[in-house]
Amino acid sequence: MPYIRFEGKSHECRDDESVLDCLIRHGITITSSCRSGVCQTCLMRATEGQVPEAAQQGLKETLRARNYFLACVCKPKGDLGVACPDAMASTRTQVTVLAKEILDGNIVRLRLGCPIPLDYRPGQFLHLHRVDGLVRSYSIASLPQSEEAIELHVRHLPGGRMSGWINDTLRPGDTVEVSQPAGQCFYLPGQPEQGLLLIGTGSGLAPLWGITRDALAQGHSGSIHLYHGSHGPDGLYLVQELRALAQRHPNFRYTPCVSGPNVPEGYAAGRAEDIAFSQLPKLAGWRVFLCGHPGMVAKARKKAFLSGASMKDIYADPFVIAPDTNQSAA
Amino acid sequence: MTASLYEKLGAAAAVDAAVDIFYRKVLSDDRINAFFEGVDMDKQAAKQKAFLTFAFGGPHNYTGKDMRTAHAHLVQQGLNDTHFNAVAGHLKTTLEELNVPGDLIAQVLGIAESTRNDVLGR
Repeated sequence: MPYIRFEGKSHECRDDESVLDCLIRHGITITSSCRSGVCQTCLMRATEGQVPEAAQQGLKETLRARNYFLACVCKPKGDLGVACPDAMASTRTQVTVLAKEILDGNIVRLRLGCPIPLDYRPGQFLHLHRVDGLVRSYSIASLPQSEEAIELHVRHLPGGRMSGWINDTLRPGDTVEVSQPAGQCFYLPGQPEQGLLLIGTGSGLAPLWGITRDALAQGHSGSIHLYHGSHGPDGLYLVQELRALAQRHPNFRYTPCVSGPNVPEGYAAGRAEDIAFSQLPKLAGWRVFLCGHPGMVAKARKKAFLSGASMKDIYADPFVIAPDTNQSAA
Repeated sequence: MTASLYEKLGAAAAVDAAVDIFYRKVLSDDRINAFFEGVDMDKQAAKQKAFLTFAFGGPHNYTGKDMRTAHAHLVQQGLNDTHFNAVAGHLKTTLEELNVPGDLIAQVLGIAESTRNDVLGR
């Protein structure tokens, strides 16, 4: 009979018993609801062993690729190591600041060196821990296959405790701790001809910059449309780099969007999501990535779905600003 | 052994095919979409899948009490038979678009109908 390993202990799984039932029988609390592989409440991740295909029915492709499964319908054939979905985030790694660069739009670009390569996909996020316990989440903009450093874009918010410290105090050579990368907003190969729509505001460009370059590096042949929005043109960054990328790749189109009154030549006037949906009104079969302001993400997610994109093909990463950030200082 | 309704419809793959079409119809309908304002779409889609699985005669953990509790705050906001009928109508047209035979559609609608009093808190 197979064994289920969970938090360092092995538990024998009976014939025809699900991972959920096995863990519960051994006194472990796993939140669940429908117990029929539908509601996805009992989502877990396999750290070792083979997950039966039936246990991944209906999950997003990016979850399947990272060995997530539904414990209530998972009847393992062999031994399985399992973890709760957020358990990975508690493992921390010390990293060194290799470079710090101030970009446009109050963005600080950090490059972090990791002694052991982190297992991640561009577009996932990690938690950055300061030594006094302050924690913030940042998306990863670098490509693991071709870039050694981990690239983060930190928007320097007025009164932001972490971003202010990163902007003012953190120096190359300093060390910080980061969690294991998590999140399901990233590119997967397969269906290279599919259209990709990416919409971001502010430092929501970080994951999209990673996802776009990842898709291109992996030979994505379908259209890739990136819309980056800000109130003023000074809130946008990597504009030249993205224009250059679009020149090198005919299937990639970049549209910088300015919603405020002063719109220079070469920029689209209006909110990024409004411009995107007016130019691409039919999204059946498209894959959609949405990152940045939570209000924009919620609105765009609904609009993308109503425009024909499948729920499974919409990847969203709303950036929630910590409540103790003193925004009135602006 | 005769195939169950769930098997005849195409089991989990049928639910997957139906959920986007059904949920899009519900969200596009101004008579009922106010009830979905501000909800997490991923969580809501999972609930729609659970409901469709149940209505398709599939494996479920359905209890009338859960359905009552889940909809109680909506009943307070005025959820009534009109809204229930609108959702049932979208279920019907979804299945028609997927070319499901009429006798199976009738069975699905019968199961959905059985939740009416629980959903409306009666």
